[in-house]
Amino acid sequence: MLRLHYNLEKVSMGLVVAIIVAASIGGIVEIAPLFTIDETVELPDDLRPHTPLELAGRHIYMREGCYACHSQMVRSLADELDRYGPYSLPSESAYDHPMLWGSKRTGPDLARVGGKYSDDWHARHLIDPRSVVPASIMPSYPWLRRPLDTELLRERLETLAKLGVPYDEAMIGASQADALAQSRPDGEGADAVRARYGEKVVIRDFDGDPSRLTELDALIAYLQSLGTLTDAPYTILKASSADIPDGDGHE
Amino acid sequence: MSDTTDPRKLPSADPHTGNRRVDPITGYDTTGHDWGGITELNTAFPKIVIWALALTFLYSLVAWILLPAWPLGRDYTRGILGLDQGEQAIEGLRELTDDRLPWLSRFSDGDLRALQSDAVLIRQAMPAAERLFEDNCSACHGATGRGGPGFPVLADGYWLWGDDPGGIAETIRFGINSDHADARIAEMPSFDWMARADRLALADYVARLPGAGPVHSSLPGAALFTENCAACHGDGGRGDLEAGAPSLTDDAVIYGQDRSTVMETLSRGRRGVMPAWIDRLSAAEINLLAIYVYRLGQPVGEGAQ
Repeated sequence: MLRLHYNLEKVSMGLVVAIIVAASIGGIVEIAPLFTIDETVELPDDLRPHTPLELAGRHIYMREGCYACHSQMVRSLADELDRYGPYSLPSESAYDHPMLWGSKRTGPDLARVGGKYSDDWHARHLIDPRSVVPASIMPSYPWLRRPLDTELLRERLETLAKLGVPYDEAMIGASQADALAQSRPDGEGADAVRARYGEKVVIRDFDGDPSRLTELDALIAYLQSLGTLTDAPYTILKASSADIPDGDGHE
Repeated sequence: MSDTTDPRKLPSADPHTGNRRVDPITGYDTTGHDWGGITELNTAFPKIVIWALALTFLYSLVAWILLPAWPLGRDYTRGILGLDQGEQAIEGLRELTDDRLPWLSRFSDGDLRALQSDAVLIRQAMPAAERLFEDNCSACHGATGRGGPGFPVLADGYWLWGDDPGGIAETIRFGINSDHADARIAEMPSFDWMARADRLALADYVARLPGAGPVHSSLPGAALFTENCAACHGDGGRGDLEAGAPSLTDDAVIYGQDRSTVMETLSRGRRGVMPAWIDRLSAAEINLLAIYVYRLGQPVGEGAQ
């Protein structure tokens, strides 16, 4: 055999340089595409950012570690498409900082869960999972009934705006009011939320308690928004074949 | 032991090449380390590992040529096989769909009652229906359709909105109080404007309705019921299947029919939501599920096999 490595090991600095070169190749292959990500990942025209209430829910999702057991990425495998719907596109999480794809599925994938279950079911399931799914091993989150702290929402929107999420001045200014308005379908602010974030935003009293804005409101609003921020993924099945019905949002 | 890292200066090393003494018994090099006369064999790396490593290198070379591999700025090397994981997944899904097509397509339209009596077809389709039910319906209605408070039992003979597979399919398609424009709409309004004493009387009357007992027309709640509730729930609370108003005289309950639960229903109202499935499931899958759900409600031995 070649004694290249044998001889290289005898020259310590040479070995160090060789290690750095070898490791860099792996690094470059992973990092280089990120420099052109703005051109390679096309943002769909209809992609909307999360509303302030959904954003607050997203922070609760992260705080409670939901991502540790639930992924938010339908993989490009036939069985996943069959069960969950169209596979996740990179553009879907373009406004997520950080993205919450996850990789561990102790529970089911949530990328397409928006609209699948009723708010009432989500509320019961989060407070006591076994009251609706007896075999569930998900922990209970009874403290989600406490009031939602909207104090930091403005800063969160500002931060995301700096990272390129299209929150404008009006959205940032009205973030706290919009968070409350999204849970009051009959309130005055509901139309303003729709005007800012689009007609498809779900405006409901998510936790069934109209008198208070709770963490449950925020988390359910977030869960109900998953997979609904853009229609782009639902067109991939449509484009390739008209006779595949699964998970298609546009029959 | 020497402090130097220069192999040529190590004990027993050739001062020119740095090669070290060969152990006369094993024929291996020694490492040059010397612990008071004990030296260390420089045992060669196992050949099989070297070969395995070489094979993985070889595989990666082949893979670079055949499969998508290297990033090139705005593009990447596509590989001569031209494979795309997304397309493969959709192709795989099409194969899955085609496998089911021969029997599933028979559910896309036609008379559900007639399909339901086709024993061969039903036997073929029910395992898939069960999986669809578990994936989509069981979260609320329970794995066996036994429901729970707020989520109707499907595995009994009591129905709302329709008691045949066609009516059930309609409910699955558009949902109840869902976001869909064609959703079935039903709401039990709140009676919080009513005096508490009246509500208590009403709750007492409603709680007594189920069962084969006589109609308690003399109870104070009876008149209140006729005045406020009978419009939807029918005279004597027999319900209105087509309007989604539950019968209050049978044993089936959604939220509960004891006094305190009825009081809660009267004060807060009820507006249960079932999502629309038309965007998630195909027409054939919905019809298949409707038949599955209908069969859940049949007495064992009659509908079920």
